[in-house]
Amino acid sequence: MCLAIPALVTGLLPDGMARISLDGVVKTISVALVEDVRPGDYVIVHVGHALARIDPDEAERTLALLAEAGALGAAVAAAEARP
Amino acid sequence: MKYVDEYRDGALARSLSAAIAAEARPDRTYAFMEFCGGHTHAISRYGIEDLLPANVRMIHGPGCPVCVLPIGRIDDAIRLAMRPEVTLCTYGDLMRVPASRNGSLLKAKAAGADIRMVYSSLDAVRIAEANPDRQVVFFAIGFETTTPPTAIALKAAEAKGLANFTIFCNHVLTPVAMRAILETPAAAGEPPIAVEGFVGPAHVSTIIGTEPYRIFAQHYGKPVVIAGFEPLDVMQAILMLIRQVNEGRSEVENQYIRAVTTPGNLAAQRLTEDIFELRDAFEWRGLGIMPKSALKLRDAYASFDAEVRFAVETQPAADNPACECGAILRGWKKPADCRLFGTTCTPETPMGACMVSSEGACAAHWTYGRFRAHEKTSTAPVRRAS
Ligand code: SF4
Repeated sequence: MCLAIPALVTGLLPDGMARISLDGVVKTISVALVEDVRPGDYVIVHVGHALARIDPDEAERTLALLAEAGALGAAVAAAEARP
Repeated sequence: MKYVDEYRDGALARSLSAAIAAEARPDRTYAFMEFCGGHTHAISRYGIEDLLPANVRMIHGPGCPVCVLPIGRIDDAIRLAMRPEVTLCTYGDLMRVPASRNGSLLKAKAAGADIRMVYSSLDAVRIAEANPDRQVVFFAIGFETTTPPTAIALKAAEAKGLANFTIFCNHVLTPVAMRAILETPAAAGEPPIAVEGFVGPAHVSTIIGTEPYRIFAQHYGKPVVIAGFEPLDVMQAILMLIRQVNEGRSEVENQYIRAVTTPGNLAAQRLTEDIFELRDAFEWRGLGIMPKSALKLRDAYASFDAEVRFAVETQPAADNPACECGAILRGWKKPADCRLFGTTCTPETPMGACMVSSEGACAAHWTYGRFRAHEKTSTAPVRRAS
């Protein structure tokens, strides 16, 4: 039940609710816990509530770090494969 | 799916695996605990253990709220649901958890109790609103992630003036359980578990931030790397932990910076603080009774407290003696060490809570790991279903 997923906010509704799209599936969730949610934001959804907004810049940075560590690993693997 | 697929890239996972193998020193072993069931699930589902070198071991922690809920509280919920005036609303995962006397919420429902599965805490409020002649009880469980949604439901019920909505509160606290794992000595005859660092919770941390883990790094000398729930997140966190150990550092690092900020979600923290207070003590399955490890409603909200309205008095109840959930939740044993695993106990006929929730170690191992050829630290044979 702890599995939470990133979802795109597609529209705001009254009473702190919002419409989200999960890979095309539309759901209504509460966004009352996250300040200033706007359509176009990605939020982490857990049991019908948004818990946090995903920061697109930090997401890019994580991917860059992953690519860097991966490139290092790939280089090591290639070096080990060489006779 | 954006923010999901890119963190599941198989080629990158293999490169990260090579990077981990290159940085893990061959002359020593590493043992890290992933606290959260969400990580346990990801590790099993994506076969991450197979991508780690043999000297890096992952210990599955107790971070599954369904798994740590003691039987006595399930019994309470069943007793509440059996009251003719009560409609009990519960998250679906709890329906099949074994209770005392071979019971479960599912069986209580079959026997006529009015039990409804809800996706969101707000669904329970809607049911209360639509059924003013029923006493609607929301069976609230979960760590810091699920507590603010319960608080939102209470506020919504209050705003609507609902007098027939109450909460059966079972919310528990992550840092207390992490401390218990470090402080509890192994049982007689069990090998001590030497957790050298933690993969820190993803979504719990979106709420509580990074500060509550500082004690583990500073006081206990255990590095903590907060990680997202996707496989590459977990692998990167393991690499970061290995680096900390190799460099003799113990710090709180945040791999999941795309969702976790240092202070966490302050609005959610304020709301939780307003409505809940610490219980003196609460029983956790596998970890025993721990002081100040759980939350209850403050007196100001007693009118929303199911324990007050229905005078709930939890009776201690023993687990199935053959079930090893307790030892598994502490990291002492692996699912395959349980003699019921895969024979008597399967997700269809769970004997213990660890087999019920998809984040439970036994369920994850059954679904994704049971046919894996090697078991790194367990010598017990992997049993297959007969
Ligand atoms: S396999 Fe079943 S009985 Fe054994 S520890 Fe896991 S949940 Fe308990």
